[in-house]
Amino acid sequence: MSSMRVLFVVSAVALIATGCASTKLEEKPAPVVEQSKPTPAPAPAPAPPPVAKVEAPVQPMVDALNDPSSVLAKRSVYFDFDKSLIRTEFQPLIEAHGRYLVEHSVRQIRIEGNCDERGGREYNLALGQRRADAVRERMELVGVQAVRIETISFGKEKPKALGHDETAWAENRRSDLVYR
Amino acid sequence: MPKTWARPTLFRSLVLLVALAAVLASGPSAAQMTVEITGVGSQQYPIAVASFKTEGSVPQDMAAIIRADLSRSGQFRMVDAGDSALAENERVDLAQWRARGADTLVVGSVSALADGRFDIRFRLYDNVKNTQLDGLAYVAPAAELRLTAHRIADRVYEKLTGDKGVFATRIAYVVEFSRTGYELQVADADGANAQTALRSREPIISPTWSPDGMLLAYVSFESHKPVVYVHTLATGQRRAVANFKGSNSAPAFSPDGKSLAVVLTKDGNSEIYMIGIDGSNARRMTFNNAIDTEPLFSADGAWIYFTSDRGGSPQIYRMPTAGGDAQRMTFNGDYNISPRLSPDGRLLAYVSRRNDLFQVEVLDIGLGQELTVTDTVKDEAPSFAPNGRLLLYATEVGGRGILALASTDGRARARITGPNGDIREPSWGPFAK
Repeated sequence: MSSMRVLFVVSAVALIATGCASTKLEEKPAPVVEQSKPTPAPAPAPAPPPVAKVEAPVQPMVDALNDPSSVLAKRSVYFDFDKSLIRTEFQPLIEAHGRYLVEHSVRQIRIEGNCDERGGREYNLALGQRRADAVRERMELVGVQAVRIETISFGKEKPKALGHDETAWAENRRSDLVYR
Repeated sequence: MPKTWARPTLFRSLVLLVALAAVLASGPSAAQMTVEITGVGSQQYPIAVASFKTEGSVPQDMAAIIRADLSRSGQFRMVDAGDSALAENERVDLAQWRARGADTLVVGSVSALADGRFDIRFRLYDNVKNTQLDGLAYVAPAAELRLTAHRIADRVYEKLTGDKGVFATRIAYVVEFSRTGYELQVADADGANAQTALRSREPIISPTWSPDGMLLAYVSFESHKPVVYVHTLATGQRRAVANFKGSNSAPAFSPDGKSLAVVLTKDGNSEIYMIGIDGSNARRMTFNNAIDTEPLFSADGAWIYFTSDRGGSPQIYRMPTAGGDAQRMTFNGDYNISPRLSPDGRLLAYVSRRNDLFQVEVLDIGLGQELTVTDTVKDEAPSFAPNGRLLLYATEVGGRGILALASTDGRARARITGPNGDIREPSWGPFAK
């Protein structure tokens, strides 16, 4: 008998002695269940407005927010790359919205920060948050209470412009003002 | 099964396309992934994996799955085993296999049992020492044949390299099919057997595994703002655990699985907090006006690594979990984000922007040596394999989001692409418990 044959027989015996016995099955990872699209929670109903006594105006009142010629029709603030500094050109816009909020105490606003596609998702989320917060801070200077403003970030997850050039990136480095 | 293995002598110079036909054979799947190996390790074990002898109808090509697993690691060089199957109970001339260039040989068989399950056996031979290194038998249903092949590959890998194999582990990632179609999927480590855990019209980011592999935490925008969820994979049960005013993001499980580090903006800017995995007891960990995000626990739980721009540019820091001063970890370049630690705590991986290129760097913390480990330039979200040998990350090639693998020495590389959609945000799960 060749040494190879001996080896083979020995290993075969070893296998029968150890491995061949029906091995206890390891636990299989639990199956992943498919889940249908979750139903988003409904937005909480706004608090009922306080009753204000109003003198009938001579002319019908126009909410400046719905006036397309008003500065309030502009709802986006744009930023430089990697920056959250408010450019001077956007200060009047933010302050106008701030004054509107001061004058319309029932209104609440959400400021949504966005970033261009370059860089990490979580870091961009934080950068977008900072862009939203920069707008909030300026509104607070005008006298808007912090409790009426929510700032959130979409990071680079919801780009408005889909291109991959500076034009698209500039459009996406943005805070949007959303009245609620 | 298409057989695309090159002759051994040509192996290094060829880019191999490994079509995972076995995936196609396994029935409808959310994503039939393709693995393309683009780089191999400096030291490779020459191994031959003979086709398994089959009895009855066997729906998986075990040898092909084992070969693909070992190849993907970059640590093995496949020696052509020819077309004929070799069972574990056949006599083999190991010297002849050695002469063909294979230092080791895997043989085996799969037999259909009367109850519908399969008997799978394999042996691993050392052709140089003329000895058997391993041999085992399994009984598994058809649905677990792939898993069994991965487990055999894990045993072969561990016998020959000394490290635990990661082929039987799972990965999570996000696919964007359209601007209103996102899926959080879980797949085998080779991208096969993909299953959808969550489908949403809004983005999903930052999935991360609980240490026991049962839960995923992630950020979902389904309520039109970032909210952190914890999701039980087996049942699909999920709950919002961080849904405070502002943004909620960047979850990371503590090593004991009982807490999450998250980033909340409820107190003004992005700060790191600890919460229970049920969302209870938010406790603030960072206090400053800078961005603090992407928290991550060291394996021993002693440290929280994170990204902060407190020094003027985003860099990786760490702070003691018990409290204390943060310490800066990265110094090259002005943009280092998305820290990940190897399981032994020795290596720190992160994404660095240099000359407008985003690449994964691996820093040997003890030696202070940094190495760029990828050949792609839009890298995101590195994730260590549980054995610390490979990094899985997201990148973009040809305008499409794909996943890629790189060994921590930067030599072995592979790309994993899906049939459609942009794949991103990979997270490598733990060893099966």
